[in-house]
Amino acid sequence: MYKIVAMQTLTPQTKLSKIYAPEIAEKAQTGQFVILIVDEKGERIPLTLVDWEPGNGTITLIFQEVGVSTKKFGSLDVNEELSDVVGPLGNPSHIKNYGTVVIVGGGVGTAPCLPIAKAFKEAGNKVISIIGARNEKLLILEEEMRHICDEVYITTDDGSKGYKGFGCDMLKILIEKGYSIDTVYAIGPTVMMRAVAEVTRPYKIKTIVSLNPIMVDGMGMCGVCRVSVGGKVRFACFDGPEFDGHLVDFNELIKRQRAFLAEEKLALEHWEKCRGNYNGKEA
Amino acid sequence: MEKKPKPKICKENVPMPKQKIEERIHNFNEVALGYTEEQAVDEAKRCLQCPQPKCIEGCPVEIDIPAFVKLISERKFDEAIKEVKEKNSLPAICGRVCPQEEQCQQQCIMGKAGAPVSIGKLERFAADYEMQKSVETPTRQPLTGKKVAVIGAGPAGLTVAADLAKLGHEVVIFEALHKPGGVLVYGIPEFRLPKKIVAAEASYVGKLGVTIKPNTLIGRLFTIPELFRKGFDAVFIGTGAGLSRFLRLPGENLGGIYSANEFLIRVNLMKAYAFPEYDTPIRLGKRVAVIGAGNTAMDSARSALRLGAEEVYVVYRRSRKEMPARAEEIENAEEEGIIFNLLTNPTRFFGDEKGWVKQMECIKMQLGEPDASGRRRPVPIEGSEFLMDVDTVIIAVGRTPNPIIQRTTEGLDTTKWDTISVDEATGKTSLEGVYAGGDIVTGQATVISAMGAGKKASRAIHEYLANRK
Repeated sequence: MYKIVAMQTLTPQTKLSKIYAPEIAEKAQTGQFVILIVDEKGERIPLTLVDWEPGNGTITLIFQEVGVSTKKFGSLDVNEELSDVVGPLGNPSHIKNYGTVVIVGGGVGTAPCLPIAKAFKEAGNKVISIIGARNEKLLILEEEMRHICDEVYITTDDGSKGYKGFGCDMLKILIEKGYSIDTVYAIGPTVMMRAVAEVTRPYKIKTIVSLNPIMVDGMGMCGVCRVSVGGKVRFACFDGPEFDGHLVDFNELIKRQRAFLAEEKLALEHWEKCRGNYNGKEA
Repeated sequence: MEKKPKPKICKENVPMPKQKIEERIHNFNEVALGYTEEQAVDEAKRCLQCPQPKCIEGCPVEIDIPAFVKLISERKFDEAIKEVKEKNSLPAICGRVCPQEEQCQQQCIMGKAGAPVSIGKLERFAADYEMQKSVETPTRQPLTGKKVAVIGAGPAGLTVAADLAKLGHEVVIFEALHKPGGVLVYGIPEFRLPKKIVAAEASYVGKLGVTIKPNTLIGRLFTIPELFRKGFDAVFIGTGAGLSRFLRLPGENLGGIYSANEFLIRVNLMKAYAFPEYDTPIRLGKRVAVIGAGNTAMDSARSALRLGAEEVYVVYRRSRKEMPARAEEIENAEEEGIIFNLLTNPTRFFGDEKGWVKQMECIKMQLGEPDASGRRRPVPIEGSEFLMDVDTVIIAVGRTPNPIIQRTTEGLDTTKWDTISVDEATGKTSLEGVYAGGDIVTGQATVISAMGAGKKASRAIHEYLANRK
C-alpha cells in the first residue's frame, strides 16, 4: 500500500497529490511516469511524474478529475492509501543544452512541463514557457513556472488572463517576433500537441511531444498505447512517452483515445450512483 | 499353486463433470468442475502401477506419478498431495492447465489399449482436496544465509523461489504487475483457471518463506547489478514472453482491434467482465474474429462469447491438424459454438468514419510443402480474397519476450529472437550468478515447461551458492 501524504485542490478540476513511494522517488527521472491503482477494483492509471523527493521518499502527481478513476483518487484524503503504484516507467527526457527551449503546456499538461523546465534550465538553456488553460480559474503552476523560466506567457481560451487564444498561437507570435528557438516541448491535450507541431513544422524547429494514449499495463505488454510515428508502430509506454511531434500520426491517436468514451461515462455514472447510495445509508 | 488374480482393466476413463454448455457460455465460472472423491478413486484404480513407469519421464517437474495415484486409490488424499508437492508447488494450477496429453499421459501404458489414466485431473483433485481443508506448510531446511532475487512471479519464478526457499535460501520475487502469477493471472481466463487458485498457490509459495514484492519492474526500478549490490547472491530471470505480436497489416490500429494480450489483461487481470463494478472496461461488438489458433486464441474466443458476442470466429491460416491449441480447449470452444474459419488469413482491415473496425479482408490459403516447424506451409490462393463483416478483432498470433531486462543488463547474451541465451541443463546465463528460464529463454511455450526450467535452475543455483563460500 502507498500512503497519500498530501492532497491539495489546485483548481475546481485539478488536484495535486504527494504519495510515499521511496523507491520510485529515488529512481525517477524527468519525463517518466507511474501507474497507480486506487483500490482493489480500480483501473491502472498512468500519470507523468511532476516531482520526486528522494529525501522524504515522496512523489508528486497532478491530475484532472475526469473519469471514475481520477475522481476516486481525488476523493482520498491524507493518510489514506493507494493499493498500487508502479514506476518509474517509460524513457526519461533527453535533457541537454539546446540553447533556447520553449515549453508549451496545456491544461493539466502543464504539470509534467514543470520538471522538464527545471531540467532544461539546469542544463543551461534559456527556457521560455507558454502555459494555457480554458480560463483563468483552471490555470495551474504559474508561480512555479515563473520561478524557473526566463520568460512565461499565459494564454486562456476566453481571455480571462493573458493572451486570448491557444498556446500554439502564442508560440507562433514568438517565432514571428524573431525569437530563435532550438527546441519546443509540448504537453497537453492531443489536439493541442498536434497544433503546436503544425506551427513549428514549416520552421523545422525540433518539437517533442509527450503522448498520453490509453494504457493498461504500461510495460509494453498489451499494445493499446500503440501510435504510428514516422510510419512505424511504436508503444508509447515502452518506446516513449516522448516522440518527435512532426512524425506522430495525431489523427489516429485521437481516434484511439476515444475508444472507450461510452464505457468511461457508464463507469462514472455507476460509481456516482453507488457512492450516493452509500452516503445515503451512512447519513 | 495359487494364481495371482489379474487386475481388471477399465479402458475408459472417468469423465470429469463440466458446467452445462448453455449455462457456461454466459458466465466466467470454471468449466471443468473437478472429480468427486469417488470419481477420483475410481480413476486412480485404473493405474497399473507399472514397475518401470513411463509417465514420470513425461513430467517436466518429475512428480512420482504412480505413487500419488496409488495413494488416491487408497483414499489417502492427504498423503497423495504431500507426494505431489515434494516436486511441484503449484499442483492445482498444473492439474488444470498442463498439456498432460502430450506429457505424462502420452506415456501412460493404458493409452495403448484405451484411454490413459487422467493424471492431470487426479493432480487437480488432490490439490483441491487439500485447499478445501487447510494447506500444510512443509518445514524448511535451516537458513543458509544466502539471498536469491527472482524476477517475475510467473510459473518459472514461483517454482524457482519455492524450491530454493525449501532449501533454506532467502528468496525475494520481484513482480512488475500488481498481482503474482504472471501469465496465470493476466493470460489464462477465470473459467479455465480461477484466480483464487492462483492466489492460493502463490500464497503457499509465500508460506514457504518467499517474499513476493509486486509493482517492481526490474530494469527500470533496479537493474541486475543493483540487485547484487543490494546483497543478493544470485538472480533468476523469469520475465516471460509478455509482449504482444501484431500482424503489421493495414488498418491494424483501428478501434476494436485488440491484441489478445490487451483483451485478456483487461478481462482477466483487471476483471473487465465485471465492469462497471470493476473500473476497467472492455468494448466488444457482435461479430468477433480471433486471429490464430493457439490456447490464447481459444481463451480469447471463449471469453468474447461469455462477454455477449453473437458470433465468434477463429480465423487460422493453416488447417485443423496444425492448430496449436490443446485438443481439450478446441473441443470446449467448438461445443460452445465458436466458428472455425480455417485456411484463411487476414490481409487488411477497414474502419467506419469513427475509426472503428467494420470489415476484415481475408485470403484463402492452401497447404504446401512442410516448413521449418515441420508443418505444411500455408500458401495464399491467388484471387481468393473476400470480406468478413466484423466489429471486433483479437490478434492472438503469439507473444514475444519482454525486452526490458535484456536492454538494461550489460553482458547478458541474447539470441536474435531477443530471448536470453542459457546453458540448457542449468539455466546459467553469460553473467556470473545469473540464471534464466521459462518463456524468456524458449519464447512462448507452456506453463509446465517454464516450471521444468525453474526446477533445473533452482538445482543449479543451489549448487552455485553451496560452492560459493
